Amino acid sequence: MAKMTLEELRKLRDKKKVEIKKRDVSDRDTHIIVGMGTCGIAAGGKVVLDTFLRELDSRHLDNVIVTQTGCMGLCYVEPTVEVISPGMPPVIYGKVDASVVKRIVDEHIVGKQMVSDHVFDRPSADIIKDGGK
Amino acid sequence: MAFRNYILVCGGTACESSKASAIYDALVAECQAQGVSKDVQVVKTGCFGFCEQGPIVKILPEDSFYVRVKPEDAKELVSEHIVKGREVKRLLYDKDSSKKHAKVEDIKFYQKQFRIVLRNCGFIDPENIDEYIAREGYGALEKVLFEMTEDDVINELKIAGLRGRGGAGFPTWMKWNFSKQVESDDKFIVCNADEGDPGAYMDRSTLEGDPHSVLEAMTIAGHTIGANHGIIYIRAEYPLAIKRLEIAMKQARDYGLLGKNILGSGFDFDIEIRLGAGAFVCGEETALLASIEGHRGMPVPRPPFPAVRGLWSHPTVINNVETWANIPIIILKGGAWFERIGTPDSHGTKVFALTGKIRNSGLVEVPMGTTLREIIYDIGGGIANDKEFKAVQTGGPSGGVITKDYLDTPIDFGSLVKLGSMMGSGGMIVMDEDDCIVDVAKFYLNFTVDESCGKCAPCRVGGRSLSNILEKITKGDGTLDDLDKMAEIGNAMKKASLCALGQTAPNPILSTVKYFKDEYLAHIVEKKCPAGKCKSLITYSINVDKCIGCTACARKCPVQAISGERRAPHKIDPSLCIKCGVCLETCKFGAVEVH
Ligand SMILES: Cc1cc2nc3c(=O)[nH]c(=O)nc-3n(C[C@H](O)[C@H](O)[C@H](O)COP(=O)(O)O)c2cc1C
Ligand code: SF4
Ligand code: SF4
Ligand code: FES
Repeated sequence: MAKMTLEELRKLRDKKKVEIKKRDVSDRDTHIIVGMGTCGIAAGGKVVLDTFLRELDSRHLDNVIVTQTGCMGLCYVEPTVEVISPGMPPVIYGKVDASVVKRIVDEHIVGKQMVSDHVFDRPSADIIKDGGK
Repeated sequence: MAFRNYILVCGGTACESSKASAIYDALVAECQAQGVSKDVQVVKTGCFGFCEQGPIVKILPEDSFYVRVKPEDAKELVSEHIVKGREVKRLLYDKDSSKKHAKVEDIKFYQKQFRIVLRNCGFIDPENIDEYIAREGYGALEKVLFEMTEDDVINELKIAGLRGRGGAGFPTWMKWNFSKQVESDDKFIVCNADEGDPGAYMDRSTLEGDPHSVLEAMTIAGHTIGANHGIIYIRAEYPLAIKRLEIAMKQARDYGLLGKNILGSGFDFDIEIRLGAGAFVCGEETALLASIEGHRGMPVPRPPFPAVRGLWSHPTVINNVETWANIPIIILKGGAWFERIGTPDSHGTKVFALTGKIRNSGLVEVPMGTTLREIIYDIGGGIANDKEFKAVQTGGPSGGVITKDYLDTPIDFGSLVKLGSMMGSGGMIVMDEDDCIVDVAKFYLNFTVDESCGKCAPCRVGGRSLSNILEKITKGDGTLDDLDKMAEIGNAMKKASLCALGQTAPNPILSTVKYFKDEYLAHIVEKKCPAGKCKSLITYSINVDKCIGCTACARKCPVQAISGERRAPHKIDPSLCIKCGVCLETCKFGAVEVH
């Protein structure tokens, strides 16, 4: 890289800032947890995860963390996704695919509305413990 | 390009020496092998300040904090955490916690900390200037070059109330202002990275983890006072910090952030590195400048102060690494923001190197005004092995001890001096009941005696006499008037020594005599060392009622001083015993006693 002008430095900073922000989890308020147990992966969990990352990235939503977890005990509706965001109760969505991911991002995270048809309640604790069997 | 996970591998000196590089390589290789290298970015960062538990690996966004990681663990970390999204429990810092994740926020070590100086350490890759720039790096320089006047900069530092972090706490704006006002065809900016206090390593970690913050700050100072040359004086024992600085300087030059006509502003500034041989006295500013000029590193009387007449007789602003690291953020966020952090006497934060008998040793950055109790118990996790807290030493060889009664003192420059210690550069050594206070005083005094440059008599002769008296006391030959004699010599050294090395050398003695007079008296009058440290004052013996005659101690004693039949009580021959303490550690029945 050759010597920079002030303009070039600012442009570089704006570009790199977006990249490094993704690493900074300190003030993120929304958490998406994708079920990636064997059942989740078999049902397409990986596609869901990648679609989330792409959708959030293209909308510049940098207040969201996406993490994975094991089986949530809702194997019959996998892939499942839990969304925790401010001003909304924690919700588990089931039967999620790429188009549902887009709806979750637009309707739930941006619009603060639950995505109907896909809400599944969390089973009681004892079911979670034995893996939903 | 969005990464799903970020793996941060600590590349600080402590972790590096325990294989951080190999761990980094192994993680990169595993990501490749397991087909996730597109989803994951592996980054080498500076010290997390948690060296005790190193090597450290942190994985984001889960914020999982893995400790004592080995290269062999890379496979499992990738296959479990990255591929399957399951944390590797056995490597987590907080293994038995019932919560879902061991997040960095959950570790008490980090809860009371407030990171300004170390804001980028452990987060950015210090060898990549783009990451520094992404964190508002060189934004302060932009402001200074294009938006602020020189007086604005000085005024902002004045509002901030920033005081030097190298020990003396001199207001930074004043120093800069002195240099700015002097007319001179040449001026210099110097960074003091000599860091000679035993146990201190905060400057090293800052340079290793965030070298650009210091380069940017020095350039800002250059523009403000009208200097075009900067010099970083760093001890040669800091190879990693030197390497990171060299990489940073090259990258800054390539980008035009150092060198001629910076960012097209017409301002020229460049920085060079000078290596010091690691003499403690060379950290003193006038000795440091003499050493840069190629003379022997000996202090000269001040005034004139370096700010007015320094390197090659030109005005020279010399600041400590940590002082420099505070500057860019003050310029960016404004002096008023900084002023609100801390106490009326001292603003901002201070980085301490917490070591000694403490559960979590490491680098700690807290707002001024945090109490010692918070640092030692909340952040440091309390005394190791559930022993009794005895005292904490601050200010290194120039400081003193602080006892239990003062643990709730909010620490700042003023309060520590009032207690007979000082801030110093930030070493903080915790002592427990097993530490002998006379022995501690002797350690620090002998350090300064060894490091005295010998130029002036009060320090050279006074230090030696004090050391002789302490030696006498720990041998059991002390007399009561020794205490008065030490006070007399100490006070003379304080008044008459040329530089602060000699002026502060008696502090460890004066403060320990003040707070632990009983312990000195035990050595002098009863000829006893209550902590069982001073060899001449203790004897080892075996309690016949407790000894079951297992022969374990006799087999371990290096000088065969222990005799006795199997199953019969054993005996130590005091004329042979060299007081190594092995029998005490060996005996499982508590039969060996020290008096
Ligand atoms: C014996 C002695 C050793 C010193 N060692 C250091 C040191 O290692 N690092 C440092 O920054 N200042 C050290 N100082 C303080 C410097 O003389 C000087 O005050 C400091 O570099 C000024 O920078 P500041 O205003 O940013 O603190 C030492 C002083 C004395 C008397
Ligand atoms: S006080 Fe000690 S170190 Fe300082 S100039 Fe005198 S002899 Fe040298
Ligand atoms: S203290 Fe050491 S030398 Fe003395 S008796 Fe015990 S083991 Fe032997
Ligand atoms: S060097 Fe790794 S945490 Fe300090």
